[in-house]
Amino acid sequence: MTATRHDATWSTASVESTLALGEALGRCLNAELTIGLVGPLGAGKTNLVKGIAAGNAPGMGSSVTSPTFTLIHEYDGRLTLYHVDAYRLRDTAELLALGFDELMRADSVVVVEWADRVRSAMPEDSLWITLALTGPTSRDLTFQAGGPRSQRCLDALQTDDKIQA
Amino acid sequence: MALILGIETSCDETAAAVVVDGGDVRSNIVASQVDLHRKYGGVVPEIASRAHIERLDAVIEEALSEAGCAGHDLDAIAVTQGPGLVGALLIGVTAAKTLSWAWSKPLVAVDHIRAHACSPAIGLDRSPWPAVALIVSGGHTSLFQVNDPSSIERLGATTDDAAGEAFDKVASILGLEYPGGPAIDRIASNGNPKAVNFPRTMLAPDSLDFSFSGIKTSVLYHVHGQGQTTGGLEKLSGQALADIAASFQQAVVDVLVRKTMLAVARTGLSTVVLGGGVAANRTLRNTLATVCRNRKLEFHAAAMDYCTDNAAMIAALGFHSFRAGDLAGLDLDAYAISG
Repeated sequence: MTATRHDATWSTASVESTLALGEALGRCLNAELTIGLVGPLGAGKTNLVKGIAAGNAPGMGSSVTSPTFTLIHEYDGRLTLYHVDAYRLRDTAELLALGFDELMRADSVVVVEWADRVRSAMPEDSLWITLALTGPTSRDLTFQAGGPRSQRCLDALQTDDKIQA
Repeated sequence: MALILGIETSCDETAAAVVVDGGDVRSNIVASQVDLHRKYGGVVPEIASRAHIERLDAVIEEALSEAGCAGHDLDAIAVTQGPGLVGALLIGVTAAKTLSWAWSKPLVAVDHIRAHACSPAIGLDRSPWPAVALIVSGGHTSLFQVNDPSSIERLGATTDDAAGEAFDKVASILGLEYPGGPAIDRIASNGNPKAVNFPRTMLAPDSLDFSFSGIKTSVLYHVHGQGQTTGGLEKLSGQALADIAASFQQAVVDVLVRKTMLAVARTGLSTVVLGGGVAANRTLRNTLATVCRNRKLEFHAAAMDYCTDNAAMIAALGFHSFRAGDLAGLDLDAYAISG
């Protein structure tokens, strides 16, 4: 049986609603999931990760800062959350040299900012989230599941009654 | 007299240094300065924690040889324990533990950011402490109260992007080259810092934390038009570009300086020190120096060699832990995030 694959788009009007969407996603995470974030500078990728970290561990959101220079951040919670940033990397080989493969474990979730730059290192069954700016604080977030694991997470998010796509 | 070997592998740079009594730098080697391509052949990846393995032996040897000493002359070995990439840190930590065991020398663990906070004291003829320390780099933006090198308290830090990262990303929006800090500093000197009123994000009125994420979006929309993320750059004249760079830089510097003065008021201290890679920015240095002079505060900026990641600051702070008897065991582990 193959899972039905479809896109889902959420429109958020404010930084707070983007955080809330991230928090709902953080509650739906399943182990070994990889999430790829795509979007221009200022789209709110790090903000979404603040939400995800808060959903995965209450209060953790304020600890999340941009990993652009520091490359990999690690946050405790229900699952270990690895926050990776490919902005400074020139190619996939550099990401692999950082030990990217070793981050994907039975008790962890990996979120990669600028994941389109390292697409070939991303598992096929990744959850892709594309962020588009639609105004000073409003954003469109389009979710795309690449396989059954990411589809399960997306399905769970869509049944969250506080967050309607 | 205590001779300390410092080892730093927390992020991109592989570095080793020999420092006497926490201030007299005998050698300060950073891998990019060593001709590793010649020594090893082939390409050493710019950003790869595993590259530290290939570089570290040569860098330590170079640091000892330039200082004119050998392993048995040392009094202790200091190493960066965190924060940073755990895989990268472990290479330095493992090397330091091995040398500590092989040469029977005490091991000292050092926090990378706290070492930056103390770096402005290196080379001064008297101690600047107690002081408020502003540390600004690509990866970090923090305020500390340094009572003395063994008593350092964090007052605030960035809640999203570091100031150096904002410089790099705004440079990218403006089509300038990487690294963006020096590029913005250069073109901003021809611009009007009052041309555009970019937001100064202060968070809560009494907060000593920083937020530099929102200013990226402001610059983006100023360049391309409200709601647009492309198409505007081509329409800007050189002068308009310089004005945006100068106005952006002024907004960041204003926030850094105001928060530093808030920290001075809160702590009642009368000395300010500045360190980290962005301490090289002329507007930040000059503005902070002027504000301190007007308020009769003492001001010291770290020397350029100790602004970017280096091991001299690790050996310098390590000396104080060594002297205080605060030693690490061979079970020392690295940590990713600062407490």
